[in-house]
Amino acid sequence: MKVTIDGIAVEVEPGTTILNAARQIGGDIVPPAMCYYSKLKDSGGKCRTCLVKVSKGSEKDPRPMPKLVASCRTTVMDGMEVQNITSPEVIEARKGIVEMLLINHPLDCPICDQAGECDLQNLGFEHGAVKTRYEFDRRTFEKIDIGDKIQLHMTRCILCYRCVFTADQITNYRYHGILGRGDHSEISTYIQHAVDNDFSGNVIDVCPVGALTDKTFRFKNRVWFTKPVDAHRDCDHPGCNGKVTLWYKGEEVLRVTARKDQYGEVEEYICNTCRFDKKKTADWVIEGPRHISDKSVISSNHYDFIPLPVVKTNLVLQEANKEQFERDTRL
Amino acid sequence: MARKLLLEHIKVEGINTFDVYRKKGGYASVEKALKTMTPDAVVDEVKKSGLRGRGGAGFPTGMKWSFLAKPEGVARYLVCNADESEPGTFKDRYLMNYIPHLLIEGMIVSSFALGAKTSYIYVRGEMMPQIRILEKAIAEAKNAGFLGKNILGSGYDLELYVQPGAGAYICGEETALLESLEGKRGNPRIKPPFPAIAGLWGCPTVVNNVESIAAVVPIINEGGEEYAKIGVGRSTGTKLISAGGNVKNPGVYEIDLGLPVEEFLYSDEFCGGIANGKRLKAVVAGGSSVPILPANLFLKTINNEPRLMSYESLADGGFVSGTMLGSGGFIAFDEDQCIVRNTWNFTRFYHHESCGQCSPCREGTGWMEKVLHRMEYGHGKLSDLDLLVDVSKKIEGNTICPLGDAAAWPVASAIRHFRDEFEWHVTNASEAVTRNYGLAHYADPLQKLETAG
Repeated sequence: MKVTIDGIAVEVEPGTTILNAARQIGGDIVPPAMCYYSKLKDSGGKCRTCLVKVSKGSEKDPRPMPKLVASCRTTVMDGMEVQNITSPEVIEARKGIVEMLLINHPLDCPICDQAGECDLQNLGFEHGAVKTRYEFDRRTFEKIDIGDKIQLHMTRCILCYRCVFTADQITNYRYHGILGRGDHSEISTYIQHAVDNDFSGNVIDVCPVGALTDKTFRFKNRVWFTKPVDAHRDCDHPGCNGKVTLWYKGEEVLRVTARKDQYGEVEEYICNTCRFDKKKTADWVIEGPRHISDKSVISSNHYDFIPLPVVKTNLVLQEANKEQFERDTRL
Repeated sequence: MARKLLLEHIKVEGINTFDVYRKKGGYASVEKALKTMTPDAVVDEVKKSGLRGRGGAGFPTGMKWSFLAKPEGVARYLVCNADESEPGTFKDRYLMNYIPHLLIEGMIVSSFALGAKTSYIYVRGEMMPQIRILEKAIAEAKNAGFLGKNILGSGYDLELYVQPGAGAYICGEETALLESLEGKRGNPRIKPPFPAIAGLWGCPTVVNNVESIAAVVPIINEGGEEYAKIGVGRSTGTKLISAGGNVKNPGVYEIDLGLPVEEFLYSDEFCGGIANGKRLKAVVAGGSSVPILPANLFLKTINNEPRLMSYESLADGGFVSGTMLGSGGFIAFDEDQCIVRNTWNFTRFYHHESCGQCSPCREGTGWMEKVLHRMEYGHGKLSDLDLLVDVSKKIEGNTICPLGDAAAWPVASAIRHFRDEFEWHVTNASEAVTRNYGLAHYADPLQKLETAG
């Protein structure tokens, strides 16, 4: 099927969504997505940041769609023409959505662990207004611990439902869900029931903001001071293949996460043992530095010219470090 | 006096019981449909009648029925939407309360037409008395052989269930209703797929309003063409209007579509004019979510033609100078009512009822509510008016379900038509908390439009 997005044509499989077709093209025309997660079934459609204009429905029925549509949940038709960044209407609507997402968000980025790898921060930077027009108190919640390893700070939540789908689809029981409705709805567990499951830690990775954070990492460091390194281990959990990213500060592994792609989505889910319990270099086989986009704040401090202690003993890392060093000094 | 089709026997003593209802000619349509007609013939009659959905959107019922997918070996369902919770609308409750068998009769015929073996009536949780009335009526109908196995010896089986909701406005949206019926959180689904393809438990489903289903009874009894003779243009048949607000005789009225609004508002047969000898200031014609209109624009269209109670005439002028028939929740405001306060009140409702699933509606309704609350209590700013219009525009059309639109329209239209009252509220804040703006020029005759050429 042929679909044209912002004038760029691409051939895709039937059943592909507009968003995924745009991701096949890549670049600036990819709509942002806060709630859609390609690895989670039924996710998407809620945050509305990925709205696009369909200016031609299909080859058979060329009528445009009457409203902007959520690109993550709309499948392409043959000959469809879509406008994303070329439509002022879409840009205006997206600006509105970003403003709405931020009016009740605390903007406590300086003390938020997610800062630097936060989808909402990136979205606000790219599409948001300089100043808010909202002049009222923001909605706040108490922080709660759900399980001994995960903290929920509901104040920051944008209700993307990703963690709900994660618990439904990759753990064997979901303890948390949405309580209440409207702008006072919240993610919570039933009477603060602990979330305890071999895969529960993945909700931290799928959370686009700092609402679900890793208690073993909270306030340890800023992500842009840490160095991501790909590693793996022989995990004996049947659902986990032990491929992770280790986040180093000096010689210490501060946290372990799943590997994330350029859209912030995990490549493969990892189990809680890998995530929370294996925090020594000796537990892992180092593969090499994790590639981080030059645009990300994480890469700004990436490799220093004093080689990391880990790097001293690992040839692969030394090689990568040299390249990085040359690039940094050239700039 | 026009003939009533739905409420003909409403004054008969004991019409809520099966025996009296049957004596008055009830369940004749079931006999006619099941014994002499095929399901497709019933659908054809409804198509011919031009019946449009009475729940608010006005989508042709026959067309909706013909969209229903009919894969082999998959159950089909009919769900009656009795989650009537739009502020200003109370027609379905009235119908279920006084003449429940009409709904049951309509459900049997409609289920037969769609080939549904199990049907549900989803009733709003607050309507506990009506739920009991319906359950009693279903038991009576079952006793008489109109429900259950092999109805009237035709070989058609139907089980009818009443399901109480938990009291959420959002569950009146058809896909949220289906989620709730399945026992889940009442969040609207993302469409497509539409319920006609994958609805209740993934099976093809039709969701219809109480009044639409009740209207199937006279359509089958008298034929679709006869029914289509009533009304005007594409607005055929009769419509229940729940009149409220400052009218002399509030209540539920059955009108022929195409009745002039002036007659509906001022004739003694219907509303009987404005209570206490006051003058009309504004009207919400079809429940709280449709645009509010000032008196002059409501009685006459922008071209100075009298407005009629019909889908087309009320929508004349689009959203610039028109409104919608909606669900028929007619609210009249007299000269002593404050439009700012009313708009705030409506917005407060939508803020409270937003499901919180998609961001524009979740955050935007709360924002509008706070700004209007501030304005009503004398702390508004002139820039707030543009802010409200802008926020409502950002919500409208960008949400999963129509609740976002429903929240945005009253605000946008109130500011469009009553901007000077809003401005007065801001500039004369201290006065605005003690007295109302009054009628001002809202009932003045419309100026003649100047047309080019």
